[in-house]
Amino acid sequence: MARYGLRTVALVYLLFLLVLPVGLICWTTFQDGIAPVIESLTTPSALHAFKVTAQVAVLTVIANTVFGVGTAVLLVRHEFRGRRVLNMLVDLPLAVSPVVVGLALVLVYGRFAPFGGWLADLGIDVIFSLPGMVLATIFVCLPLVVRAVTPVLEEIGIEQEQAAWTLGSKPWQTFRRVTLPAIRWALAYGMVLTLARALGEYGAVAVVSGRIKDQTQTLTLFVEERFQNFDQQAAYAAAFAMAVIAVLTLLTITLLRPREDER
Amino acid sequence: MIRATNVSKNFGTFAALRDVSVDIPTGALTALLGPSGGGKSTLLRIIAGLETPDSGTIEIGGEDSTKLSPQRRNVGFVFQHYAAFKHMTVFGNVAFGLEIRKRPKAQIKARVDELLELVHLEQFAHRYPAQLSGGQRQRMALARALAVEPKVLLLDEPFGALDAQVRKELRSWLRRLHDEVHVTTVFVTHDQEEAMEVADEIVVMAGGEVQQVGSPDDLYERPSSEFVMSFLGPTTRVGGALVRPHDVDLLPDPAPGTVAATVQRVVRLGFEVRVDLLVDDEPTWAQITRDQARRLAARPGDRVFLRAGTADIAREVAV
Amino acid sequence: MATLYLSLIVLIPLAAVVLRSMEDGLSGFWAQVTTPEASSALKLTVVASLLVALINLVMGTLIAWVLVRDDFPGKRIVEMLIDLPFALPTIVAGLVLLALYGPSSPLGVDLAYARSGVVVALLFVTLPFVVRTVQPVLLELDKEVEEAAASLGAGRATIFRRVILPSLLPAMLSGTALAFARSISEFGSTVLISGNIPFQTQVAAVSIFGQIESDNMTGAAAVSTVLLVVALVMLVALDLLQRWGSRRG
Repeated sequence: MARYGLRTVALVYLLFLLVLPVGLICWTTFQDGIAPVIESLTTPSALHAFKVTAQVAVLTVIANTVFGVGTAVLLVRHEFRGRRVLNMLVDLPLAVSPVVVGLALVLVYGRFAPFGGWLADLGIDVIFSLPGMVLATIFVCLPLVVRAVTPVLEEIGIEQEQAAWTLGSKPWQTFRRVTLPAIRWALAYGMVLTLARALGEYGAVAVVSGRIKDQTQTLTLFVEERFQNFDQQAAYAAAFAMAVIAVLTLLTITLLRPREDER
Repeated sequence: MIRATNVSKNFGTFAALRDVSVDIPTGALTALLGPSGGGKSTLLRIIAGLETPDSGTIEIGGEDSTKLSPQRRNVGFVFQHYAAFKHMTVFGNVAFGLEIRKRPKAQIKARVDELLELVHLEQFAHRYPAQLSGGQRQRMALARALAVEPKVLLLDEPFGALDAQVRKELRSWLRRLHDEVHVTTVFVTHDQEEAMEVADEIVVMAGGEVQQVGSPDDLYERPSSEFVMSFLGPTTRVGGALVRPHDVDLLPDPAPGTVAATVQRVVRLGFEVRVDLLVDDEPTWAQITRDQARRLAARPGDRVFLRAGTADIAREVAV
Repeated sequence: MATLYLSLIVLIPLAAVVLRSMEDGLSGFWAQVTTPEASSALKLTVVASLLVALINLVMGTLIAWVLVRDDFPGKRIVEMLIDLPFALPTIVAGLVLLALYGPSSPLGVDLAYARSGVVVALLFVTLPFVVRTVQPVLLELDKEVEEAAASLGAGRATIFRRVILPSLLPAMLSGTALAFARSISEFGSTVLISGNIPFQTQVAAVSIFGQIESDNMTGAAAVSTVLLVVALVMLVALDLLQRWGSRRG
């Protein structure tokens, strides 16, 4: 009896918090059929938002993959002073509010900050343009690859790598032929997480982008701007598109997880 | 007495127990012995109430316990992997059952101290299980089970997770403990040596059925089947009959009732000598003493004469 | 290399925030944090986050329990849905909740521009934390430990209270701390549903955003510094919780 009670409570909670709201969005989006959805997603502004989002996401994934693997190897394979501090700092971006991230970047890279001003004199605009948005997204996604790869690196141990060294393999060869294959599923998992987070980042990007329509507007900013301008159809359509991406991400993650267990 | 009557249990399509009936005597130390998957753990868990039988009944001390929950059976159960309460100290673990029974604090303290002394853990009372060795954890688990003065003590492969040395120590220690405490005890093992050394009575189980019940001597001297015979000690075949290698005599010259054999290999194992032989191209082996080997002075390729000893029980066995 | 990367992107900017908040000294910082608007935003954020953490503690554990110990058709789908709030962009989460609990709610429940709306939004985005920290611990719980307790005479309630709950506690608290930290810093999901009304529904992150928009960088930095301190405290607390949990393993 208690079992059914608990099950009911859990499912009702999830129904009202999760299922109904998300389901309603799908229903509202396609209320007037599929034509208006396609139409509002193919306006020049929407297409431009797609493009900016993709650029930011791809650059972020590349940067964080390189950084993430490097940091994970550093944390697991090397003993050095400040390792515990670095280990904790890596998690910091998860706890920092996206808005604070945006503000922090503006204060350093903004046109009126010393460093940002110097970059601006060189002709590099960071804030209110793509580099700043990429920086902000890198910041918020920073721990994802590191935390996906670290446990696997710890688990496989160093023996395989040592075996490769004794066979005459150079560090880079060892990494490419021994370490990388061993962590590939974990790395893929971290990259998918990063991609999803990068596509959906809102707060930090909202601050550093200046939210200039048709220039620095990502999909999330597009959703907000359309909604505030009472263009619900476009807001819902873009939200639905991002929900679909979210579900695809979840499916990919679920597929990647058991692979990890198989090892 | 614990009495199981016509007990059957299936897990999906796997029959763990098939119509098992067995009596376990009061006050004795009984081993359920058999290969893994033979149903012995299932029987033990059914006695404890941790599994319910599909059919059949369990009586403990004359009372039908088939429908009783594990909480009400008053049995002590010891698990292979200790099942220690990790967040409680050793003292807390042993006291748990008494606290459930709402005994007065002073009484609990006295009883737990007494038990910790019995299992030689008195100086570890305030440690956590994570700080103990495997053997110590298992002794703690035993004290925990004994604390509530159970009618029956049940142990499921109690030494299975320990290394060989500790296992031997705990084995003889369990025997001595039982001689002190006298609680009806049933333990599951797949190790015949363990069963032979510790138990008063052995129940051999395989394929979900009871194969034979008896004292260690009974089973060794009068096995009821080839399976029991080969499970309880080394065996070899001479001319189709199953015999114990130490019952095989080797003679330098032919005599009545002997067969010719060729020596393949002579291996000295301390006091014992193992001789590998071929009889009509069939491999067999004999276990002889060092003295016998010296008198025989056989080398590989020599011809010897073999007699399956007078104490050959297997010939009387219905095969 | 890694340190340089981390410094350029994370450390130097965060240090700049703290420096900026102290521009007019400690008293200046204090003045910025205690303006009526900032202090009411911070208060709402903390109170709402505590409430959300508490609800998560109970509901998250309950959901994890049902997912591990119960079996029902569609469990795999529910299992996957749990992660949806992590995968869904926060602004979409806000929009989605506004659709159901907004002015045009088909249920007739209008929480838009109300504090309860903020709480619902925070509950949505923090749902996975407790579930996902408790679930693996629950899965690894040794069934034999519960059987041992049962054979010693403990009933179901006692087994839960004295055996299961203490084993789950470190994970439950870790998940709750994560949910609390996330609630404190949450921005995107609360923007739409809160309506951003100062003194009523404006949470700290939204208040910072407003100050950035109106070019009050020092004020924004001051409130940000408070959030940063809370974030750091939570990180340290989590580190301690983890040690506590593993020491008993």
